[in-house]
Amino acid sequence: MTAIVHAHHTPTLSERLKDASAAAFIALILGIPMIGMTTVDQGGFLAVMTRWPQLALFVGLTFAGRILFSLALETIKRRSQGRKSGKSAASAAEAANAALKRGTKPESVIGWLAVGIAVALPIFFSEDRYIIDIATSVLIYIMLGWGLNVVVGLAGLLDLGYVAFYAVGAYTYALLSTQFGWGFWEALPVAGGLAALFGVLLGWPTLRLRGDYLAIVTLGFGEIIRLLLVNWTELSGGPNGITSIPRPSVFGYAFLPPDTEGSIADLLGIEFSPMHRLLFLYYLILLLALLTNLFVTAMRRLPLGRAWEAVREDEIACKAMGINVTTVKLSAFAIGAMLGGFAGVFFAARQGFISPESFTFSESAIILAIVVLGGMGSQLGVVLAALVLVMLPELGRDFAEYRMLLFGFAMIVIMVWRPGGILANRTPTLIHVPTGDKA
Amino acid sequence: MAQALQQLINGLTLGSVYGLIAIGYTMVYGIIGMINFAHGDVYMVSAFIAVTTFTLLAALGVSSVPLALLVVLVVAVLFTSAYGWTVERTAYRPLRNSTRLAPLISAIGMSIFLQNMVQVTQGARVKPVPPMLSDGITLFTSGSYSVRISSAQILIIVLTVVLMAGFTWLITRTAFGRQQRACEQDRLVTAFLGYNVDRIISLTFMIGAALAAVAGVMVTMYYGVVDFYIGFVAGIKAFTAAVLGGVGSLPGAMLGGLIIGLLESFWASYLSPEYKDIGTFVILIMVLMFRPSGLLGRPEVEKV
Repeated sequence: MTAIVHAHHTPTLSERLKDASAAAFIALILGIPMIGMTTVDQGGFLAVMTRWPQLALFVGLTFAGRILFSLALETIKRRSQGRKSGKSAASAAEAANAALKRGTKPESVIGWLAVGIAVALPIFFSEDRYIIDIATSVLIYIMLGWGLNVVVGLAGLLDLGYVAFYAVGAYTYALLSTQFGWGFWEALPVAGGLAALFGVLLGWPTLRLRGDYLAIVTLGFGEIIRLLLVNWTELSGGPNGITSIPRPSVFGYAFLPPDTEGSIADLLGIEFSPMHRLLFLYYLILLLALLTNLFVTAMRRLPLGRAWEAVREDEIACKAMGINVTTVKLSAFAIGAMLGGFAGVFFAARQGFISPESFTFSESAIILAIVVLGGMGSQLGVVLAALVLVMLPELGRDFAEYRMLLFGFAMIVIMVWRPGGILANRTPTLIHVPTGDKA
Repeated sequence: MAQALQQLINGLTLGSVYGLIAIGYTMVYGIIGMINFAHGDVYMVSAFIAVTTFTLLAALGVSSVPLALLVVLVVAVLFTSAYGWTVERTAYRPLRNSTRLAPLISAIGMSIFLQNMVQVTQGARVKPVPPMLSDGITLFTSGSYSVRISSAQILIIVLTVVLMAGFTWLITRTAFGRQQRACEQDRLVTAFLGYNVDRIISLTFMIGAALAAVAGVMVTMYYGVVDFYIGFVAGIKAFTAAVLGGVGSLPGAMLGGLIIGLLESFWASYLSPEYKDIGTFVILIMVLMFRPSGLLGRPEVEKV
């Protein structure tokens, strides 16, 4: 609330050095107990190990980074000021409108291109199990990201326990199929419905709460579900999880070795290959993800979808307009939960084995990171972020260790730099153009 | 009866720790109206600093436990306040006038960052610390069950009471306390009056971190096991304590901490140890549903 007007002032070299030295000094203080020293276990007792060279490197990097950062910031500021000075507010709004109209086009072109690549990918890599596996993982995260995007990006509700709905979907399918012999397609709507029901049950009492309270409650809910899965051994198998979950079938035919009953290879008269099942799974999740996208895009054009965005922007104004804010939020919550449940069913069917370990808070954090980094409300942003975040750890084992570290760092940097996400799409789906003022 | 008394002692000890952490949440919430998600992880960082310092002192041949504890407390408080300051400066200050969601996400990012920073630099394995001050007084014995209070427990409870008294004095009687409360009421007017609002907010984060550091040292000494994940659960419990007592209310935070601590030890002892965390979460959800302003908080009025 404190508005401070900064006079534009280019820092001198000595000011920059002073500033960087201060940053380096703080880095030194923070670094001493964490980077400079560590304790190692030496057969039951601890011993201190020092790492002064690494600390020196860290401090040096902070110093250099701070100077470079302030120089870069200066250049950006000067440029944007030069741009701003020639424009009035009205023309800026017009330019924004024009940019919006132009902006939709390349995005849809990229979108179709991405769909084309996704469909064609298995044709080129039909024998490469590794690539198909990663692509399937990416698609699961894309689907989860799109589901959470409804809640966080469109309705503006911070859900930190999204993985709970994913878990509900996965365990519903696992239990229905192993205990009652249900198939994938029968269980899919039931699991989605159950996840949505959980969403409503959680959302009904809590959605009246303020945004940050909601975040904590969903976090607690996610943990409750996980703790139940770990401890309620009779239902969930406890920490060991549920094994030998049947794979999805195609009209009752499964991907089984030849000469087995119901083998799809026998039916089609083609040679059996274990790759067929993976390819089928890949296309299945692609189909599910595309349906999710269609569904969400369609929802955004409906009054309900527009109400989501309106509630995100100004809740009090919505109340004044007679929108039932609780119902609107609840619908976003339930739909997000349902999509998470669908993804969970697919996850269980693909893995054939699930345990509570797959549904920890860090999973929720990864999905949230995908939505946030990609740009809240942007469908394409989710795809890009999921691609980057799932592929990054594949670059190398060493990298995997730093993955979550980078996630956290990127979340802070992107929030500070662009509070809406990289491909932020806060502009409403529909814009009211005042009559008489043709824009 | 004897078991109940023992659980009362354990619960008060645990509750003191939660209360100390909860104050950090409540103060930050009071002054800038956001949940400092990374606060639990700042507490975790302090526990690691304590482990390193304890080990270093042992290697230097310091054998007096009170001296070692004093040194560790001072070191942990100093370094952890630096962490508290940095968290605010880097992740929250640039977003102070942003949307409500942005600082929250940035806070979650900070929490993930701190957790993994510690995991990468200090290792993912549990750090064992030899138990200290585990001697104690047996209060009374009934049958085969004897009620004990250890020196560590006495220290935790006494230190918490002293800190609370000092802290209450700081907030109600000193110039800084007045500025801090003024900031809570209206930041803009406080700035008009010539006070440096940024500095007051920074100090608030540092004080919160310092209290969390004391909690971190106490937990390291009391339980003797520390890993990079302790901040998550402790953070949620302390936050629940802050909400239960009424976010923004300092005595409320302490009261909430004690209630959560007592609840946890009685739940673990009489109902089921596996589900003790669920008890906390259920309380959190119930309080937020039925009495969002908490036990001692003022109801919040949403302004347009």
